[in-house]
Amino acid sequence: MDPIIQTENLTHIYSQGTPFESTAIKEVNFSAYPGEFIGIIGHTGSGKSTFIQHLNGLLKPSSGKVLFNGRDIWENKETTRQVRFKVGVVFQYPEYQLFEETIYKDIAFGPKNMKLSESEIDERVREAVDFVEVPQAWLEKSPFDLSGGQKRRVAIAGVIAMRPEVLILDEPTAGLDPRGRDSIIGNIKNYQKATNSAVLLVTHSMEEIARSVNRLVVFNHGTIAMSGTPSEVFSNVDELEQIGLSVPEVTKVMMRLKELGMDIDSSVYTIQQAKRALIDYVAGRR
Amino acid sequence: MLRDITLGQYFPGRTIIHLLDPRTKLILTVLYIVVLFMADSITGYGLMLFVIACCIYISKISLKVILRGLKPLLVVIILTAILNLFYTPGREIVRIWILKITVEGVRQALFMVLRIVMLIAGTFMLTYTTAPIALTDGMESLMNPLKKIKVPVHELSMMMSIALRFIPTLIEETDKIMSAQKARGADFDSGNLVEKAKAMLPLLVPLFISAFRRADELAVAMECRCYHGGEGRTRMKQLRMQQRDYIALMFGAGLLLIMIGIRMLHI
Repeated sequence: MDPIIQTENLTHIYSQGTPFESTAIKEVNFSAYPGEFIGIIGHTGSGKSTFIQHLNGLLKPSSGKVLFNGRDIWENKETTRQVRFKVGVVFQYPEYQLFEETIYKDIAFGPKNMKLSESEIDERVREAVDFVEVPQAWLEKSPFDLSGGQKRRVAIAGVIAMRPEVLILDEPTAGLDPRGRDSIIGNIKNYQKATNSAVLLVTHSMEEIARSVNRLVVFNHGTIAMSGTPSEVFSNVDELEQIGLSVPEVTKVMMRLKELGMDIDSSVYTIQQAKRALIDYVAGRR
Repeated sequence: MLRDITLGQYFPGRTIIHLLDPRTKLILTVLYIVVLFMADSITGYGLMLFVIACCIYISKISLKVILRGLKPLLVVIILTAILNLFYTPGREIVRIWILKITVEGVRQALFMVLRIVMLIAGTFMLTYTTAPIALTDGMESLMNPLKKIKVPVHELSMMMSIALRFIPTLIEETDKIMSAQKARGADFDSGNLVEKAKAMLPLLVPLFISAFRRADELAVAMECRCYHGGEGRTRMKQLRMQQRDYIALMFGAGLLLIMIGIRMLHI
């Protein structure tokens, strides 16, 4: 299977040629395949945001390439524009980008820019609100009458309505309560399953990432420091802590238990797995 | 791209000009402008040129920076030169059709251009060497007497400080919203004027909403810290005139006297 999106030696230098020059990311090689759910972690200033803005052509690489379906997205102006629709990016606090009078019009903004027909737009808007669990009856309401969490759903629907083949979300759950968080992650998963798209999730919450992703990429100082399945990555506790990140709380508990002499499997990162490991341990002792 | 805009245009430094009290610099700038407009002879302009050159030298601000600042006013400067060159009556030297150039015209054009350039360079000295916040503090302090006639001096300067403080924040915000809308296929660059204006809507609406939200939040935050206007309010950074300020002011007064002398003696 070919990667849907790929970067080759991607480097970005801000304010190149001025005294304020700074390298945000360097020589990043990354690929994502359809149907993957990838988590991107890294502390503030590690280059994750710069990285994701390259994937849909908002930033132009200083050197290196970004390939979508094997084609360079900077080949010509039209390709770059088309990639914006194929690679959907939901930025941090997306609710601040809402601007239309009605929710319907706001979600339709993306599809309209794609120059789709009215009926196609209508279909996509309705499909998108279903994905994010916003009632169809609200479509004619003003987005500014909604609560913060609901606004965010509408904003995410605005990107989903373009039916992107790669969906990138920058901390989509920041500032939400636990139930809101779970439900938004659930919505995104549903979208991914229904469309077999690749999803990239940038987050600071290890718990969140541990539960949902099947691959983890760790950014540090503008390069990819680690990459692999959550259990592979979370087994390097020391290295992660050096970078300024940590492992899920439950993994820490299990590791401490192991240190105390209990013979249990500490490579767990969700409560469910921990429960099973503990039951196995208790059963084994009997 | 928005990040390239330099607003406030303050160049930090530790030269004597940077260290002067903002009030001193404000007074001197006004004085400088008055003296500049008094100059009407070669000696007078020469003196002013010498003064501004000294200031630029001491402040260590490169001439390139100042010239770059003059760029937006190039049209005005050229227009002034042309108008003065052709429309001053006097002894004729060249005549092209109905246009004639006179000796007085050349002199007048040269003086006017010099005056505009030095005027701008002088005010730039103020904004380049004084932090915007220091400048508003200085203005507030200088306008203090106006409080007697019920001018809300403190409120005005607070508004100015807040406006200055939020310029970078709003630029950052604009950048973010632009990226978000571009990610949904918004096109800010192409199309005719009407299309371009329409395309700004997805940018302006969120920007205004966020500006109002920020204003609201700031008002609450200020109230929480018991802000109730200028009455009885003390400052953390008190403005204090130093010896160097008095010396600088004396230089300014001296300059005024010399210029009066030059005018009276017609040299």
